[in-house]
Amino acid sequence: MNKLRKSVYLTAGYNTISLGSGRNEFHPRKPRPGLEDYVKEAGEGVIAQINDPANIDEGVIGNFMAARFNKQGNLPGLIPMINPTLKYKPCTRTEGACGSGGLALFTSMKSILSDVSDVVLCLGVEVQNTVKAIYGADILGGAGHYASQRKSGHAYFFPAKFSDRAAAYMAKFGKDNVRRAMAQWYVNAIENARKNPKAQEYHNANPDLFATGMANPNPQAFCDDINVFDCSKVSDGASGLIFASEEGLRKLGVDKSKAVKIYGWGQAENDLTKEPEDLTRLDTSAQAVKQAYEMAGIGPKDIGVLEVHDCFTITGLLMMEATGFAEYGHGWEFVLGGKTKLDGEIPTNPTGGLVGFGHYTGGTGVRQAVDLLHELTGQAGANQVKIDPKRPYGMMISMGGNDRTVTALIVGPA
Amino acid sequence: MDLDTRLQNVTVIGAGGKMGSGIAALLLTEMARLSMMPEHKSTKFRLNLIDISDELLDGLKGYLRDQLLKIAEKSCVALRACYADNPDIVENCEVIERYVEDAMVLVRTGSFFEMAKDSHLVFEAIVENEKIKIKVFKQLKKLCGPETFFFTNTSSIPIKTLDDGAGLDGRIIGFHFYNPPVVQKLAELISSDKTRPDLVETSKEIAKRLRKTIVPSNDVAGFIGNGYFMRDGLFAIDKVKELKKELGFVGAVYALDKVGRDFLIRPMGIFQLIDYVGIDVFQLILKVMNSYLPAEGLHSDLIDKMMRLGVRGGQRPDGSQKDGFLKYERGRPVAIFDPSKKEYIPYNMEGWTGKAEKYLGPMPEGNVPWKALTADRQKDAKLAPYFNTLQKVDTKGAELARVYLARFREIGEKLINMGIAGSPEDVNNVVTLGFYHLYGPISPYTEVK
Repeated sequence: MNKLRKSVYLTAGYNTISLGSGRNEFHPRKPRPGLEDYVKEAGEGVIAQINDPANIDEGVIGNFMAARFNKQGNLPGLIPMINPTLKYKPCTRTEGACGSGGLALFTSMKSILSDVSDVVLCLGVEVQNTVKAIYGADILGGAGHYASQRKSGHAYFFPAKFSDRAAAYMAKFGKDNVRRAMAQWYVNAIENARKNPKAQEYHNANPDLFATGMANPNPQAFCDDINVFDCSKVSDGASGLIFASEEGLRKLGVDKSKAVKIYGWGQAENDLTKEPEDLTRLDTSAQAVKQAYEMAGIGPKDIGVLEVHDCFTITGLLMMEATGFAEYGHGWEFVLGGKTKLDGEIPTNPTGGLVGFGHYTGGTGVRQAVDLLHELTGQAGANQVKIDPKRPYGMMISMGGNDRTVTALIVGPA
Repeated sequence: MDLDTRLQNVTVIGAGGKMGSGIAALLLTEMARLSMMPEHKSTKFRLNLIDISDELLDGLKGYLRDQLLKIAEKSCVALRACYADNPDIVENCEVIERYVEDAMVLVRTGSFFEMAKDSHLVFEAIVENEKIKIKVFKQLKKLCGPETFFFTNTSSIPIKTLDDGAGLDGRIIGFHFYNPPVVQKLAELISSDKTRPDLVETSKEIAKRLRKTIVPSNDVAGFIGNGYFMRDGLFAIDKVKELKKELGFVGAVYALDKVGRDFLIRPMGIFQLIDYVGIDVFQLILKVMNSYLPAEGLHSDLIDKMMRLGVRGGQRPDGSQKDGFLKYERGRPVAIFDPSKKEYIPYNMEGWTGKAEKYLGPMPEGNVPWKALTADRQKDAKLAPYFNTLQKVDTKGAELARVYLARFREIGEKLINMGIAGSPEDVNNVVTLGFYHLYGPISPYTEVK
């Protein structure tokens, strides 16, 4: 694959609140904002940071399952709603399950790289609280292979898939250690989210998070080897940001101090119709990360802040191995030792991650890029981590399904 | 006959009412569970739901569907296995929908007692009227087989009276559910000296299947639950008579409700509870109890007067509260009925309501609202110091609360002394499980020094 032909910048990031259980203002039976509201808020939030929306050449929107959660297709048509200048601009929707947002990022980036556009408005959205969790599980199950897996699958299809991963990892590397590491991941996620006013767990006041994270699984009501606190949230929300070329950045009047540059990217796909070969590894994610490191010519030691796709706490542990920060079989140790905390070896998911911030599935990849942008440009507020000038890069991994659709992006100083 | 066999054909009489519909939902859930077991694949299960009102029966079907839906959504993890062999049922939504359909197939509704003729278990939840109940049981006795067991949901009429009246020879037992039956964990089990031992055993097994906690009560009118509630209500009504000299009628009702709810940390004030149950039901139960226990004077002119004025309380079919002693807006009290003026007097903090508040005085230190303590596993650590303080506070409110507590305990002791409850634990269980109190009458908190 060709290396980066030109500089691509990310700027003007915006996240809405991640709304769902946990937020004080959330009530399942009260009216809530819809898809349109979130897309508009995120889009306008981005536009407010650039000089003129007329400079936007095209729009991309990531979304997983609006067709079922909201009975809405044709999402590109929501982009011109944001601002009249977007009427008639080319727009595209991307879908790759929970990796949809990552695909939106990459589609935007590739448009800049191919000289088609100078400025791309990149969005991601999902509104999931339209149905109860038991029905949402059906919808999210679409991230697996329906024909061969759904019938024999669990009521909570995806949680059970990762519960199986947890069981396999526990069997190989010690149940107690892994269980405690998963609880520690939960603790970190909530502690970070408590500093982020937009996070779904912002209001969490639980005095003993570790004990909560250690709750025994309840196989009758949920999964065999994970508890509900091991799961990311059911969320409504959207994120947006701008992808721009050198020329695009100039046109927008954005100073480079407010932007980051892409240094490397990797994208990998695996066969949806097959189950993972080894439940204790995220091999597709590892492949995407490897490509990104190679392109950037850097390694884990150069990364100062990390955003991983922790759809479940066990995924967080496995991600530390897939990204090369921990050796195979040592991800649990790495997390339990506090190395992913904000003051640890590699600050990971500083704004809460999917477990703490929330997981509006099709928008999460975009949210991760927005948060990396904010961390690296000093705009992360209470969630700001200290970026060591010797390790000026940030990396994010967006994952769709059971390690099937993966994008990894490395950004750094503009 | 084992219970699984008995559960193949069951009838609920008065199934359209609040209690009957809840009992029907509980039975239907258990019968549906059995019907889906592989060993019962060729067995027919029938739940006959009888009521005189067609309209209520229509509403009942909707209610049962809603209940089944809730159960299916909660138990979908296990339910998927029941449909594992059906390739057309894949997603949770399909499993849930099919379960509701399959369970509803068990249901027959109608208004003829003949429907009950093949039933092995018959649950009765009709009006609390001895003569009508006896008449119904007499008819059922003729229609049903000689081994059919009868369960009455009476909350006050002695079982022996119904048994003798209908000639059921020990085939009837009191199985008193609490309102609403699908939510409340408590059931009082009342055997008469004639009740067959195998019926008692069957009842205990049914309680387990329906996930109810049984508290045995002796066969004395009112049993434990109403034995407590009626006397507690009459105490408050009596106190209103005293207090109204100072606070007026509405002020007195307000004060008594507040002392019960806030000072004693109960889920609601006693007049709100009477409204919840229904002033009509309260009157009916008093009447039954009074006829069996005439020496105690279980009667209230005030209740009779409210009924004459058409103020009845109770709930609408959708579960919302009708106006009674109190007027409700979105479930919250906003006014109190004044029988002499025949109208509701709105709360007025500048006027009579404020006066009643001032009369009672501030809430004793350490008070925590009931709602904050219901799910608190360490609630005793908060209740103990609060009630300790309550003993020492010198306000009218605290004084009234102490009198109230003493009477609460006295009622509990009376139920034990009369032989209605076998132990303090039984009384406490009924009051905590059935009335959602945080503590029963026989508790350290009710010991007034």
